[in-house]
Amino acid sequence: MNLLEIENLKTYFFTEAGVVKAVDDVTLSVERGCTVGLVGESGSGKSVTAQSVLRIVPRPGKIIGGKILFNGEDLLIKKEEEMRKYRGKKISLIFQDPTSSLNPLFTIGSQLADIVIEHEKVKKDEALEQVVKALRIVKLPDPDHAIYQYPHQFSGGMKQRICIARALLLNPELLFADEPTTNLDVTIQAQIIALLKDLQREFGMTLVMITHDMGIVAEMCKYVVVLYAGNVMESGSIEEIFERPHPYTEALLKAVPRLDETRKLISIPGNIPNLIDPPSGCRFHPRCQYAIDLCKERKPELEDVGNSHFISCHRWRELQGGRY
Amino acid sequence: METHTSSRAIDGANYKEVDIEMPPLLEVRDLVKYFPVYSKGIFRKKIVGKVHAVDHISFTVNERETVGLVGESGCGKTTTGKLILYLEKPSSGQIFFDGKDVVQTFSKGSKEEQLKLRRSMQMVFQNPYASLDPRMTVYDIISEPFKIHRHIPSNEWKDRVYKLLEMVGLEPYHAERYPHEFSGGQRQRICIARALAVEPRFIIADEPVSSLDVSIRAQILNLIMELQEKLGMSYLYISHDLSSVRQISQRVIVMYLGEIVEQAPTTKLFDNPVHPYTRALMSAVPIPDPKRKMNVIILPGEVPSPINPPSGCRFHPRCQYADQKCKEEKPSFSQVDVDHFVSCHYWHKFA
Repeated sequence: MNLLEIENLKTYFFTEAGVVKAVDDVTLSVERGCTVGLVGESGSGKSVTAQSVLRIVPRPGKIIGGKILFNGEDLLIKKEEEMRKYRGKKISLIFQDPTSSLNPLFTIGSQLADIVIEHEKVKKDEALEQVVKALRIVKLPDPDHAIYQYPHQFSGGMKQRICIARALLLNPELLFADEPTTNLDVTIQAQIIALLKDLQREFGMTLVMITHDMGIVAEMCKYVVVLYAGNVMESGSIEEIFERPHPYTEALLKAVPRLDETRKLISIPGNIPNLIDPPSGCRFHPRCQYAIDLCKERKPELEDVGNSHFISCHRWRELQGGRY
Repeated sequence: METHTSSRAIDGANYKEVDIEMPPLLEVRDLVKYFPVYSKGIFRKKIVGKVHAVDHISFTVNERETVGLVGESGCGKTTTGKLILYLEKPSSGQIFFDGKDVVQTFSKGSKEEQLKLRRSMQMVFQNPYASLDPRMTVYDIISEPFKIHRHIPSNEWKDRVYKLLEMVGLEPYHAERYPHEFSGGQRQRICIARALAVEPRFIIADEPVSSLDVSIRAQILNLIMELQEKLGMSYLYISHDLSSVRQISQRVIVMYLGEIVEQAPTTKLFDNPVHPYTRALMSAVPIPDPKRKMNVIILPGEVPSPINPPSGCRFHPRCQYADQKCKEEKPSFSQVDVDHFVSCHYWHKFA
């Protein structure tokens, strides 16, 4: 059984301007002990998917359909008190911006210890010991001293280490990392990626890496789910996705400059669609170079094309036939 | 297969011969910027130190050339851009644009001379959400430079605005709209059109694609390159993203903690990075190809404070090859190859 199964998840935002279909019929699964990449641009629904799993979708967002099975249990029918036992303890989240996700008014020790005290009902000393242990795991220098310091006394990279330690405090089974390196410099990003890989290997943690960077995906993940405008475009193993990509993934790979070669960048025309009134049929069709009338008229199903590669495209098979 | 195109190579490999004898368009000599650090206190503030933001850097930008200025946050790359445009006052050093002394012109020159120089140098900023006035229409934004510089008679403004919009890939009807009606990529196009309105010869682009979505970045990068081909201006492309720097620049300057550590033509730098910092920086960029095994050089620690920069080579505390000499003695520039300079005592180990 997979650790996490999301079936036909729909999370909409009921704004004054209209209903934003941020996550629309998303199906994906996460195998235990794996690193899965959740890839997409802004507005693709990748963060909202993670928020939906933890049921912390901000207002005016609402989960209006689907199932989220964690260890076989549907999280969407749980009571709020039950859900609190999942957040942080079984499923944890690292945010993009470490500065705004730490409280500036409390020392590192006190804000992290609070989490342990809340969930495990232990004394403060004991909680602090656990905090120091977690900070040591993420290789924060001098953790015994660090617990008495405030967030502003740390650099961005160190703050992100603290956030990772916080997410690991209660030994969660599943960790979402939402663009954990986007605000960091390249050399610091390399440190954090190395740390996450170590943690994953050492503790056999299940990690869902949310990112827009195909480089990070290639570097870290075993499986990938590609989202666009609230829909799953494809999911599969990293090799499959890079070798036989969906037209959107293919276009994305051709539009990104690479460090190891110079070539003509082929840009994707147009803009990311407005999700109040998303395009009909396949949501990528207005920007897709292979689009035909059918793509506009009918939404393609997510179908199994072999090697556990799932693709949502009317023309993919035909295009593969043409190209291989 | 043989090709006979005379078009410019993407990485500018065969670009050099054209203007080898020409004087550079921009020349920066020994440029320094220190920001004062004040003591705490409300009434009496004493200067207790200085941030070495830009510390004795020299480089040139040639006509029709794109130079990439790359480094991590706090390395002084943005300050360098601002100094060139005199948006920050240099602490010392000289800047020459087309033979004219920029610092002199802006500190002592007449208003007319200043306007003339402003017309030839423009800037495109990182965040197109913050660099456009939300209460002005696109027409007002793009025509504002006309009001200031008066280089175009007012009856031609409208045509010119439409032409500029077309040049950056927007439509004439966009002129009546406000910035909030546009996406990030379109806003960056408006910023570029505004910069082009004065027909500049040199544009500083400070992280112009960093805040844009991945699928949009290529559009803007391609636009920047196309415009250069069409209009023939020079760019200083400031970025932390090595991949986009490789894509767009003919020459690259790598900065660390206020100093230049290496500079070379793009192909040379990416094929044969010499400075240990450049090598680590390049190894750290994830490549979107699962078949390529990466050999990441993980640098220990973080960039030190520019208030008290390390002695000798500023990179020595994080460099795995550093020894006593690196700690004590500041390396000077060594020439690795034609146009390839590096500031490292032991560069021949890596070249």
